[in-house]
Amino acid sequence: MIGPVSALFQLPGWVDLLFALFVGIAFGYALEQGGFSSSRKLAGMFYGYDTTVLKVFFTAALVALVGARLLSFFGLLDLDLVFVNEYYVNAAIAGGVIMGLGFIMGGFCPGTGVCAASIGKTDAMVYVLGGVTGAFLFAETWPWVAPLAMKNYKGPLQIHEVLGLSSGLFTLLLIVAAVAMFWLAEKAEKRFARPDIGGLNDPGMHPEDTKKV
Amino acid sequence: MKSKPYMNPYLAGTLLGLALLSAMFLSGRGLGASGGMKYCVVSAVGAVDREHALESAYYSKYFEEGKHPLANWLTVELAGLLIGGFISGALSGRLGLKNERPPHVSGRKRLFFAFLGGLLFVYGAQLARGCTSGAALSGMAVLSVAGFVTMAAIFGSAFLFAWFFRKLWI
Repeated sequence: MIGPVSALFQLPGWVDLLFALFVGIAFGYALEQGGFSSSRKLAGMFYGYDTTVLKVFFTAALVALVGARLLSFFGLLDLDLVFVNEYYVNAAIAGGVIMGLGFIMGGFCPGTGVCAASIGKTDAMVYVLGGVTGAFLFAETWPWVAPLAMKNYKGPLQIHEVLGLSSGLFTLLLIVAAVAMFWLAEKAEKRFARPDIGGLNDPGMHPEDTKKV
Repeated sequence: MKSKPYMNPYLAGTLLGLALLSAMFLSGRGLGASGGMKYCVVSAVGAVDREHALESAYYSKYFEEGKHPLANWLTVELAGLLIGGFISGALSGRLGLKNERPPHVSGRKRLFFAFLGGLLFVYGAQLARGCTSGAALSGMAVLSVAGFVTMAAIFGSAFLFAWFFRKLWI
């Protein structure tokens, strides 16, 4: 076993932060290259004219999922030392619904908002300002929201355990489901096509507002 | 410089997946974005009103044992995200100040909803203990139920609310 590297080799904290910087740069680069720095491209997901979100999101989840299982299979990664999100039933659902509302209003999620702000999108900068305000409001309303946040705690529960499947079989099913969704997404893009949005000649990009730097 | 087209989405997704896989392999973690924002807020509150920060059950845990909330994996990763996005934008000729919106939406309206959307999204992310990156994407990659439930709740509700906000986008 050589991974997770920082835990197994008990590396000093600053090395782990160096890893964080490297991971962050790769994260931001991939998001921007995929077109996630454009709110109109992201919002296209919910109106069918641009399904980049679905394609990038599920491809990424599967690459990481399959990659981690392969590394573990070849004895290179100890999956027991990789963080598994803890499941608080009510908070996951309520938080997810609030996030969905924020997504359709703002056109970004936090990661894509920061990514878009980094290339100069002013709507994204205002979105991030709103995000920071949201984090502040959450901290200040914590005593009031804590009962909901802590309710129905299930621990770091994994989905294949709940379904009674092996992790390998579940991964295979997920790949099949993703391929079916990619096929549907390609069809939706043809049906709801809006060649005027997000392309290089998009009038909505408001070239008159653009200040090249 | 003329803008280059975006990368093929499946290729960009593979790159994003490799970024997430390296976070798992190097640090035993997933990706995150809203968490870094939280640490920035905690740090700012600690600088402005130390007393309030130490009295509050929420903030005080981030200042235990002389810890500094900015010297944190998620904050540094968020700084990397800014750098990586900027590098990509610079290489592809996409840098420039621009309030992106459909032609029929006024600039002020776009900014108003951008602010409100950001506020709601990050509030919800604190509640769900992660956003699209930290809970949905990273959670799915480790097969956590929380990841799948959060993903379904975010995208399912956004599809439901989309009808009400269609004038903002189409």
